Amino acid sequence: MTDALEPRGEPLLRVRGLRTWFPIKHGLLRRTVGHVKAVDDVSLDIRAGETLALVGESGCGKTTAGRSILRLESAQEGEVWFDGVDLLSLSNAELHPYRRKLQLVFQDPMASLDPRMRVREIVAEGLRSFGIGKTQREHTDRVAHLLERVQLNPDHMWRYPHEFSGGQRQRIGIARALAPEPQLLICDEAVSALDVSIQAQILNLLRDLQGELGLAYLFITHDLGVVKYLAHEVAVMYLGQVVETGRTDALFEAPRHPYTQALLAAIPSIDPARRSGAPPVLGDVPSPANPPSGCRFHTRCPAVFDRCSKEVPELVPCGGGEGQGSASRCFLAESSPG
Amino acid sequence: MSELLKVEGLSTVFPGTPRDVPVVDDLSFTIDEGEVLALVGESGCGKSMTALSVMRLVPKPGRIDRGTIVMNGRDVRGLSIPEIRKLRGHEISMIFQEPMTSLNPVVTVGKQVVEAIQLHEAVDFGAARKRTIELFERVGIPDAAPRFDVYPHQLSGGLKQRVMIAMALSTRPKLLIADEPTTALDVTIQAQILELLRDLQRDTGMSILLITHDLGVVNELSDRVSVMYAGRVVEHAEREELFGRPVHPYSIGLLRSNPALSRPGEPLPEIPGVVPPPDEWPEGCRFANRCDRVLEVCGDEIPGATVQGPHKFVCCHAIAREGADD
Repeated sequence: MTDALEPRGEPLLRVRGLRTWFPIKHGLLRRTVGHVKAVDDVSLDIRAGETLALVGESGCGKTTAGRSILRLESAQEGEVWFDGVDLLSLSNAELHPYRRKLQLVFQDPMASLDPRMRVREIVAEGLRSFGIGKTQREHTDRVAHLLERVQLNPDHMWRYPHEFSGGQRQRIGIARALAPEPQLLICDEAVSALDVSIQAQILNLLRDLQGELGLAYLFITHDLGVVKYLAHEVAVMYLGQVVETGRTDALFEAPRHPYTQALLAAIPSIDPARRSGAPPVLGDVPSPANPPSGCRFHTRCPAVFDRCSKEVPELVPCGGGEGQGSASRCFLAESSPG
Repeated sequence: MSELLKVEGLSTVFPGTPRDVPVVDDLSFTIDEGEVLALVGESGCGKSMTALSVMRLVPKPGRIDRGTIVMNGRDVRGLSIPEIRKLRGHEISMIFQEPMTSLNPVVTVGKQVVEAIQLHEAVDFGAARKRTIELFERVGIPDAAPRFDVYPHQLSGGLKQRVMIAMALSTRPKLLIADEPTTALDVTIQAQILELLRDLQRDTGMSILLITHDLGVVNELSDRVSVMYAGRVVEHAEREELFGRPVHPYSIGLLRSNPALSRPGEPLPEIPGVVPPPDEWPEGCRFANRCDRVLEVCGDEIPGATVQGPHKFVCCHAIAREGADD
């Protein structure tokens, strides 16, 4: 199956069978009575210089997956291959140099920037941590250069975060992430808190940076519009599992999994001639502590049949030709290849 | 259709030095019976403050400085406190973005709706309970009867919003103010709530004032749209007209910067700069410093409305001049 997902050479980051469960503790002895299966068997490939969007609704585990890749959460199982090394097998000391190569941009720039630090200190922290540049002078020069790169005035490095607008703060967050010269940025809902006119500016900035620096992005988002603009490839998550992967244009044109179809159909239209009709799926997302048997989507799926509640579908390749790397976790995709 | 709500020349201000800072500036709109009007704009444009002004719920130290608000033939600004309390709930109800913060976490959701009903009508608990369960069924809460006794934290975000809608409808209001009603919800749940609001509006014939930043939500729900920027309406049109032929440079920019409309390989059209905060609103047209059609006059004078049809006007010097040249 691994090979089927990977027709075009070695990816920059390869995630296999990632599993992050959080124990639910109960009672006086804090015994573990169950697990929230936040990430339950996730496999992904990200190629150098490309963007993979990890899409899903709240609670689907997309953020936990991103954090587990960075080892900000400890995964119980799985492999995260980067540069020929499984990051999950390293000790903390061994991991440190790799942290330089994988950086994180957060959703809320106000919450992720220390309000008592000047912008220069915020951005230079990454330089110091990885021993880039020796003198204060060198740090200042690098920070100025980074601020220019994200289209901020370098003279503003002596200001505090609260003196900036939301969009500018997100630019600071990006400059900080770029400081240690990473190869991969994990952007967790990085434009979700922004107004649409500002969001467009940040999306264009991210795309320009990718072109200039050859960065790869793991773009975690719930917003399919953003995905369409930025991503080369998409992985759709539902209840801790990837249910569909594919190239962005192919996935938007011909979504395979009923959940992906529902997600796309649920986007409010801005075409005046078209309003969406009845909602594509009913009901709520079940709890990840107690996911449904069989296919996890079967409780809400419009195409459900008797097999779905009994057997667990695998993520199987589907759709040959242009749709390289397309895979769907659905029995219907299995029975109708291509 | 007759006019239900008419707002004219509304200005809402917060005290500041050296002078008061307006957050809503000389705003006018009307809502007919059975109509859905959307106020759309980015954060800080004054859309929520407009809604709160209509309810006379502007948080202190803010206040309504000027303007008239006439609801169903009555001057809202002139009402006494008991009268305005009666108006809220009876004639105007409101739902908010974050249902969790609008529900009391230590009271069951059923009791909260009963409380709302009993506040406005002299009915006993049994009758109010029965009506609450009917309302829960009407807003699509599954297992409505057992759900009467659950606490807000036991419900998902979508179900909490349904409870809020049930509460808002419990007094059969003529106008529902929906302030970002689906912004906190996932997209599949959002589709359900939009469908519900459309349905309820059709059945009850109530009017809706929809406040949102999301043009998709506007298109799904509204009949007419006012686009707001920095406290003022810059364009007003029927829904089809606004989405099909937007006129104001800001409306055009907002629609084009939607990433869902992006073409492969092309950069997303952006609006340069940022929305200025209320205390830094420029003289003249407030959009001038971000506008690609800016003229000299834009920096000096606030543009008046150029009427382009019975339900369409736009406030822009460049467009006014165009019209004058024809």
